[in-house]
Amino acid sequence: MNRINKKLVEGKKLLSIYFTAGYPKLGDTVKIIEDLEKNGVDLIEIGLPFSDPLADGPTIQESSTIALENGMHTELLFKQLKDIRKSVSIPLIIMGYFNPVFQYGVEAFCKRCQEIGIDGLILPDLPLDVYQNEYEHIFKKYGLINVFLITPQTSDDRIEQIDSASYGFIYMVSSASTTGAKEGFGEEQKNYFERIASLKLANPQIVGFGISNAETFNQATQSSKGAIIGSAFIKHLAKNGVDSISGFIKNIR
Amino acid sequence: MTYNADERGYYGEFGGAFIPEMLYPNTEELRQNYIRIMEEPSFRKEFDQLLKDYVGRPTPLYFAERLSKKYNTKIYLKREDLCHTGAHKVNNTIGQILMAKKLGKNRIIAETGAGQHGVATATVCALMGIECVVYMGEIDIARQAPNVARMKMLGAEVRPALSGSRTLKDATNEAIRDWINNPVDTYYIIGSVVGPHPYPDMVARFQSIISEEIKWQLKEKEGRENPDYVVACVGGGSNAAGAYYHFLDNPNVGIVAVEAAGKGIDSGESAATSVLGKVGIIHGSKTLLMQTQDGQITEPYSISAGLDYPGVGPMHAHLFKSGRGEFISITDDEAMKAGLMISKLEGIIPAIESSHAFAILEHKVFNPEDIVVINLSGRGDKDLNTYINYFKL
Repeated sequence: MNRINKKLVEGKKLLSIYFTAGYPKLGDTVKIIEDLEKNGVDLIEIGLPFSDPLADGPTIQESSTIALENGMHTELLFKQLKDIRKSVSIPLIIMGYFNPVFQYGVEAFCKRCQEIGIDGLILPDLPLDVYQNEYEHIFKKYGLINVFLITPQTSDDRIEQIDSASYGFIYMVSSASTTGAKEGFGEEQKNYFERIASLKLANPQIVGFGISNAETFNQATQSSKGAIIGSAFIKHLAKNGVDSISGFIKNIR
Repeated sequence: MTYNADERGYYGEFGGAFIPEMLYPNTEELRQNYIRIMEEPSFRKEFDQLLKDYVGRPTPLYFAERLSKKYNTKIYLKREDLCHTGAHKVNNTIGQILMAKKLGKNRIIAETGAGQHGVATATVCALMGIECVVYMGEIDIARQAPNVARMKMLGAEVRPALSGSRTLKDATNEAIRDWINNPVDTYYIIGSVVGPHPYPDMVARFQSIISEEIKWQLKEKEGRENPDYVVACVGGGSNAAGAYYHFLDNPNVGIVAVEAAGKGIDSGESAATSVLGKVGIIHGSKTLLMQTQDGQITEPYSISAGLDYPGVGPMHAHLFKSGRGEFISITDDEAMKAGLMISKLEGIIPAIESSHAFAILEHKVFNPEDIVVINLSGRGDKDLNTYINYFKL
């Protein structure tokens, strides 16, 4: 059983943290992962930086630009992660844009992920139909869970299609926005969270976008399985570096 | 075999819609409706009327006698430079603003590089009284002050793109981000045959008026509808798409695409995507694009701001890959000289983009009886400063 699926059946609300590989320093990747696990985080999304991250707001864009300037690239990330399974057992997901994966070769990329012990991928600009027509069999061959996004604008029909194509969790984008654009939740989110809960989907949902502290984490996880923090963690790293990760996590739960 | 898009928006292996789920409802709404709306008689009527009375169509197909004599062939110029706002761009913005209205949208966003598409968008928004926000790279804002002023006079808000390389590709990213953040009321007017399906096909259809007119104009002048060659410059490729459109599936018409080699193909400062690009994903489309080995999109260069896009529309990627189109790269220097030549020989100062198309006359030999149509996509007013500095005028 994939580490993500195992984690999803645990009876608690899951905290997932996103960070950009190669940021703030090129060599921080392994330390950040180890510290996140040590501090009780449940899932980690390792961002593979891209020059043109369409779905991201300024904070993650900036971290991607710096990571690329620092010299991060796909092969280097794989090298940094080579022995990661000797030190951590937390589920690991690589999140990035499709073009770098496509250039590496989708099959070669998935194979490396399996060798390292990566459990899943989130590629926001790899659309459902292309995934199903061309790549699903490759992801499955290498034991990778592909995570799809839904938003408040996604129709119930489309959500059901996505649910049936998923075999891990659904990444529930909390509002119509890029990452880090909005903080906190209003009436619209409440209605959306309730609508999704009422659909009784086969896959659990983890909420992302707009979560930055204990309050928003608790709101987001009331009717979902967990929540993802990205931009707020990147901001924390920008200010405090990698030495105070425990402080950030303790403030969430 | 057809060189047009299939119903999923693919030109051969190129095209499609590689978009994050946040954009799915918007592009899907457009995909489901664009052809139906474009074929509605009321839409057609309003579009044709505006092209005639507001844009000034049909634009002339002009027999360039002195140019023809110089190169010993028959050269016609399709005068898109005479369109309102100075280039072919407005054909598309007229079409898309009407599309936005039909879809009930009340806010328009656009990206712009040199500012031509931004001006064409701001123009139609003023015409329709619709709010307009144009994203433009911070560096381009500094380089293209007159066009920034034009957009402001037309009532548009110009927002600087501060991310990445702060040029056209980043302005496009910012416009897409705006659309993600405003999915309900906002319509995104893309300026070229790029982006996710259905944009490349929709923009090509709006620009196809160019080749539609060439056909009947040539029939009047030469007694035949089809030229032997159609020549156009390609950045993203919208003027070329429009000039080729009705000839794509006719193998007797040669298609010549002219890209910007910048300071030379191997100089590291070039925008010749067909030569330097590899298959990848940019702005929601699978196409040829300039990128690092690692898949990071690189910054192109050309003296012509309208040609320095790191990708190319999927139609053109397919024309290149299939061999249907002949692709020629022209350096800054060759283009500038061609611009000066056309000015002196024909009394027309072309946009530097269009000057690239003329420069192929020094590279490619045509037969005396060949009919060659060169799409003169825009006028050179916007480029005067570049011409002045280049030739020390």
